[in-house]
Amino acid sequence: MNDSKIPAWVNVIVLPLINIFFAFAFAAIIFVAVDVNPIEAAQVMVAGALGYQEGIGYTMYYATNFIFTGLAVAVAFSAGLFNIGGEGQAYMGGLGVGLACLALDHTLPFWAILPITMVASMAFGALWALIPAYLQAYRGSHIVITTIMFNFIASALMVYLMVNVLKLDGQMAPVSRLFEESAIMPAFHEIVAWFGLSFSQSPMNLSFFIALGCCVLVWLLLWRTRWGFAIRAMGASPSAAEYGGINSKKLTIVVMLISGALSGMLGLNEVQGFSYQLKLDFVAGYGFTGIAVCLIGRNHPIGIILASLLFGVLYQGGAELSFDFPNIDREMIQVVQALVVLFSGALSLMLVKPTERFFVYLDQKKKAAAKVEAGA
Amino acid sequence: MFESLILILDATLRVSAPLILAALAGLFSERSGIVNIALEGKMLSGAFAAAAMTSVTGSVWLGLLAAIGVAVCLSLIHGFASITHRGDQIVSGVAINMLAVGLTVTLGRFWFGLGGQTPALVDSERFLPITLPGADAVADVPVLGLVYSELLSGHNVLVYLALALVPACWWVVFKTRFGLRLRAAGENPHAVDTAGISVAWLRYRALIVAGILTGIAGAYLSTAHSAGFVPNMSAGKGFIALAALIFGKWRPVPVLFGCLLFGFLDAIAIRLQGAELPIVGEIPVQAIEVLPYVLTVLLLAGFIGRAVGPKAVGQPYVKSR
Repeated sequence: MNDSKIPAWVNVIVLPLINIFFAFAFAAIIFVAVDVNPIEAAQVMVAGALGYQEGIGYTMYYATNFIFTGLAVAVAFSAGLFNIGGEGQAYMGGLGVGLACLALDHTLPFWAILPITMVASMAFGALWALIPAYLQAYRGSHIVITTIMFNFIASALMVYLMVNVLKLDGQMAPVSRLFEESAIMPAFHEIVAWFGLSFSQSPMNLSFFIALGCCVLVWLLLWRTRWGFAIRAMGASPSAAEYGGINSKKLTIVVMLISGALSGMLGLNEVQGFSYQLKLDFVAGYGFTGIAVCLIGRNHPIGIILASLLFGVLYQGGAELSFDFPNIDREMIQVVQALVVLFSGALSLMLVKPTERFFVYLDQKKKAAAKVEAGA
Repeated sequence: MFESLILILDATLRVSAPLILAALAGLFSERSGIVNIALEGKMLSGAFAAAAMTSVTGSVWLGLLAAIGVAVCLSLIHGFASITHRGDQIVSGVAINMLAVGLTVTLGRFWFGLGGQTPALVDSERFLPITLPGADAVADVPVLGLVYSELLSGHNVLVYLALALVPACWWVVFKTRFGLRLRAAGENPHAVDTAGISVAWLRYRALIVAGILTGIAGAYLSTAHSAGFVPNMSAGKGFIALAALIFGKWRPVPVLFGCLLFGFLDAIAIRLQGAELPIVGEIPVQAIEVLPYVLTVLLLAGFIGRAVGPKAVGQPYVKSR
């Protein structure tokens, strides 16, 4: 009833942009509060994130993480499920990637290892989502609470494994050995070199293209398959979906497995493409950023790619920011991110009514004008 | 043996106090129908506000007031999004948690220039242990003397406040008109509305109470338990409190025991680090740390007892359809 009064393009493009604008406006106020000129800061961030090749590479490397976690949240959201456990699922996915690399890097070449690590990342991530999914579907426990709990369990499990099992002898830091060359994801500058092009060295790697591939697959899944229809039906109205013969319990499990698998693939980028070893805390909040990405991207793969690029710019630009302005550091980006979640997510309905009124007003004006013309 | 048990229980009380305060905060908001995963962020901001205000003014009481003020403000933002604009309660909670992590460090760096920490507080700027009357005199009495002087005496005022608030909350939630309406808003908001009572205002009040309690919990962390604020010092305590709330099935006294149990696990985890136990051998400290989360998952799933929350929790109230 609400949407009918607002043209579709306003709903899809204008409202999200207004929400982001509000978030940035409030962020600007906070920048001013800590004595930083927000316009200067924005210039530094854009220049740092997009102004030179290495910066672009870093931006894309961050964006890769956000695409994975954003898609994970989006798939679950489409079914009306809130998967807040991307953090733990990504952590486990990374563990799967790391274990596969450590086990196989002496024996197999890269092109044999890659499919195995991909499957491992998905399997470990999906497994970590399976238990909360099962408990939600068959035992009635709330998925938000269980996935939060599983984030903490994952983090404790990783600390245990890293400290007691995977740590190298005689090393203080809880990190595994570095992978052999054969397990390492080719970096973007190496890939373009195959085609005779050159690009500065950066952590952007093959997993960026895997992430893009996932976007296509998720789009196909959600809008071009029977399952996708069932997922969206369940998200729109669980009772209607059930009435239409959709088994919501089974679907909950399937959706969460896909969501967990997508989160898990973050491990490809972080472990196999960036750190080349297993270590602690490599997820570093990317799972939560996925929520923001999904909210801005409006559950749609194209939106998620754009939102991931935006957050890539924020992360990379934020890192550059601290060189120029001693008052701030990366935590400032956390504030911007929080404001984006607040305005694009929690307050997303706030502007619907005023916008609606504005369009009703326009409509009436048009009608009045038409009447005057008819009268004359 | 007995003495070390008393010492563990003593430590249990100290680590449980912020959990109790935060879990009671969660109790108010969830009983009114608002899922509160923002306990963590509200506590963290409270901790920062308390430490910052105290180190500037030198008064720990002003610090406590600042903590309460900031946590209530965050609660009002939470309410503005999830009550007034019917936004998702969980999404707004996530936003508040992120905001707290980012803003505390950003403002801390700007104001104090210590990488996000606040200056260390001296003893006069903290809530210090209070020795109960006669504690020293009876310390030598076997068993009971130790219980009184070590376990009951020697905590700061906020610990006693947290314990006193448990029966107070029980009374408010189960014995007053406000409490009845609060619970009704969480179970069947339409009935409350039909009776001519504003669901929104009820939920706002519940969130304000939650803000006050999380503010005190935050002040406890930075001005009683430690001497100053360090980034991310709440370290998941808000979520443990949420777990304890579920563990106590949304009732004040069982919630207290949930908090004490999780606090106890925390206290023995520190003690058991690297210790060899008979039969089982060395227990990894992480195994004890995850117990609160695992127990909560099991309880929610109905494998050990059953935890069923307020019926209308998580749903924005829409007056007419």
